[in-house]
Amino acid sequence: MATLSPNLAVRPPRTRDTGGDPPSYGGGNGNERSGNGSSDYGGRLRRARLGLVVGLTAVVMLFIGFTSAMLVRRGLPSFDQQTNTYSRDWIPIQLPWTLIAINTAVLLASSVTIELARRDISRQMALAPVQSIPGVSLGDERRFPWLGTTVILGLGFLVGQFLVYRVLQQQHAFIARNPSNSFTYLLLGTHAIHLAGGVIALTYAAAATWLQRPIESRRIVIDVAAWYWHFMAFLWMYIFVILLIAR
Amino acid sequence: MATSEVVHAHAAPQGFIRKYIFSLDHKIIGIQYFFLALTAVWVGMILSLLMRIHLIWPDANLPLIGHIQPETYLSLLTMHGTIMVFFVLTTAPQGGFGNYFLPIQIGAPDMAFPVLNMLSFWTTFVAFVVMIAAFFVTGGAPLHGWTGYPPLSAVQSSGPGEGLGADLWITSIAIFCAASLMGALNFITTTLDLRAKGMTLMRMPLTVWSWFITAILGLLAFGVLLSAGILLLMDRNLGTSFYLPLIVVNGQVLGHRGGSPLLWQHLFWFFGHPEVYIAILPGMGVASQLLSTFSRKPIFGYRAMVYAMLAIGFLGFMVWGHHMFMSGMNPWSAFAFSILTMCIGVPSAIKTFNWLGTLWRGNVRLYSPMLFAIGFVSLFVSGGLSGPFLAQPTLDIPLHDTYFVVGHFHLIMGVAAIFGIFAATYYWVPKMFGRMMNETLGKIHFWLTFVGTYAIFMPMHYLGMAGHPRRYSQLTELGYLHNLLPLQRFISIAAFITIGAQVIFVLNLFWSIFRGPKASDNPWDATTLEWTTATPPPHDNFGGHTPVVHNGPYEYGVPGAARDFVMQSDPAISPHPAH
Repeated sequence: MATLSPNLAVRPPRTRDTGGDPPSYGGGNGNERSGNGSSDYGGRLRRARLGLVVGLTAVVMLFIGFTSAMLVRRGLPSFDQQTNTYSRDWIPIQLPWTLIAINTAVLLASSVTIELARRDISRQMALAPVQSIPGVSLGDERRFPWLGTTVILGLGFLVGQFLVYRVLQQQHAFIARNPSNSFTYLLLGTHAIHLAGGVIALTYAAAATWLQRPIESRRIVIDVAAWYWHFMAFLWMYIFVILLIAR
Repeated sequence: MATSEVVHAHAAPQGFIRKYIFSLDHKIIGIQYFFLALTAVWVGMILSLLMRIHLIWPDANLPLIGHIQPETYLSLLTMHGTIMVFFVLTTAPQGGFGNYFLPIQIGAPDMAFPVLNMLSFWTTFVAFVVMIAAFFVTGGAPLHGWTGYPPLSAVQSSGPGEGLGADLWITSIAIFCAASLMGALNFITTTLDLRAKGMTLMRMPLTVWSWFITAILGLLAFGVLLSAGILLLMDRNLGTSFYLPLIVVNGQVLGHRGGSPLLWQHLFWFFGHPEVYIAILPGMGVASQLLSTFSRKPIFGYRAMVYAMLAIGFLGFMVWGHHMFMSGMNPWSAFAFSILTMCIGVPSAIKTFNWLGTLWRGNVRLYSPMLFAIGFVSLFVSGGLSGPFLAQPTLDIPLHDTYFVVGHFHLIMGVAAIFGIFAATYYWVPKMFGRMMNETLGKIHFWLTFVGTYAIFMPMHYLGMAGHPRRYSQLTELGYLHNLLPLQRFISIAAFITIGAQVIFVLNLFWSIFRGPKASDNPWDATTLEWTTATPPPHDNFGGHTPVVHNGPYEYGVPGAARDFVMQSDPAISPHPAH
């Protein structure tokens, strides 16, 4: 993940109280240089990113829990009543790999588009002080809706994952039939729930544009949502590899 | 040298709902957490009262619940443990006092994410409601103990409370996990990013350090408990076999096969052991703060205290296996877990030594918060000393699942942590509500509780060594327990008196909040930042100022100073370098 410090040193335009942030002063981390009190935008961005990293640690721990359970369960013998012997009951699930590969491509593409959206809003932030000078106009350039594209690609991924679920159901690869099936459903489902959370965050970011929230609030939302989204792509690649080698 | 910076002040919300119910102010949220825990502790205590009544009068016909059946007894102990661990010991010190005082003590106007903070409280509240609902559904509350071991907890037909009651129990725990993760996120970000100018890490009060380390433990532990809970819910409701092997209930072969109950134990205790430190670390922080303040001496070995807490937190993640010596474990693994567990004795001893060093030749002021802080140290030692016994597999095997374990963990995790909460309450209520608590009632409450808890839990060690199993509802049926019944009777009577003493505390608390004498801004002559601001603190904590810190947190008895204490925001006392 990139540096946690804001990479812009421009004077932010006038902000509006968003109600959800702490009173806009203080901002320091105990160092003598901080506590300048005038501009808190950098502090808010830094806090939001720090909070995200901390929050993602919790998600990592959740999936570490799942993965260790999976590896332990995979090695366990099962008692067979008929033969009175122990045997391995782990039968690797048959996954529709083509469909999963398409979904993966869609998700990776969405990671690229959200990065473009993130850079786009950073650029707008940098230009905002220039635009606020009376008489200066940068022209009403039309921007590509990277954010909307990402939302559509994210929804596409979720639909794709639902199709994977449908295929598995049609093949009678039900969740309780085999531990391999159980863990596959578990990992795909939990990832989908987390990704749906990301879609909601992106939709909120898009709504913030429509609601004409101040640009720095929008940038913080988009920035954090983008890093979350990248993490979701990374998490998906991790699940992909786990399913490939240990399903 | 400036002692504070003038900044733009923030208006407080005016409507009742935004101000007191869905408040974004960390102080209100802290008070909400505190009263939630106070409610929960009474529920938990009444459950223990019912258990103690049943143990000595097994045939009693009680009002409302009637005759206590063995399965009712199991429900009572399950809900007692769960409510106390999650909604009292995790909620009050961290959610309550941590929320209220962490931002003030580091000189911040609020938590880093106030909306998340509010969500975190209300999610905890929902978890509590769901937990309590388990009492009222068909079959009642679950029977599987607060540790929820499968197969009992994973099979719907294994007992009357294991149907909907157990589902509600697991759901409540899962919701609580989410709430705790939100809280931990806020605590960590706030501590790292919102400290006032001059508040270096090594100038943070030990309370802040303890809340910070507790938040890190929570962040790493609750995610794993959540994963374990999800697997358990799937085993119960979707027919998967994570924890369930081939199993026969009432002659019926269930559809599960191949799972392992041990898997749950590993995941649960990977959370469960750090949870012990989540409960006790804030108490350590409060004890350190109070011993220093009321001995009028700097804390002995500040840095050693910080490193000891970090070491305890770190080691806490490597010892979960010591709960499973009896579950079937490779002796080599047991050996490793045993050695690591006994290593925790080292930082714990450092802390105890430093507390005693702080008291040594101090100008000790025995106010009620100080009494409870000393009581904390006493209980920490008494409860902690039986830890190295249980840490050794050879001793744990005969003592496992006896009252020895009950006595051990109640002293150290239950009562010591509760004493930390009491100490914090008597110390900080003047700041929170602007009124002093009654000293005489506080001292009566302390002595009854202190003697009472020892009278309850010390004899349990003896019961355990005599082979008295825990979680048994009926003691009169077993011949070899007959000789132990008088001791059980003594414990029950001590419990009744101790529970009665808590009424004094509640009366004192509420009477003082409304009618107590007005508290000054710094009634204890303390040094940390919360005592520099008004009582109770204004909406933005420092009334339009943000403090600048020049001194360490425990500058008492400074030679040459005008008073016997120098506050953190006072001008620097010496060429004391910011560490």
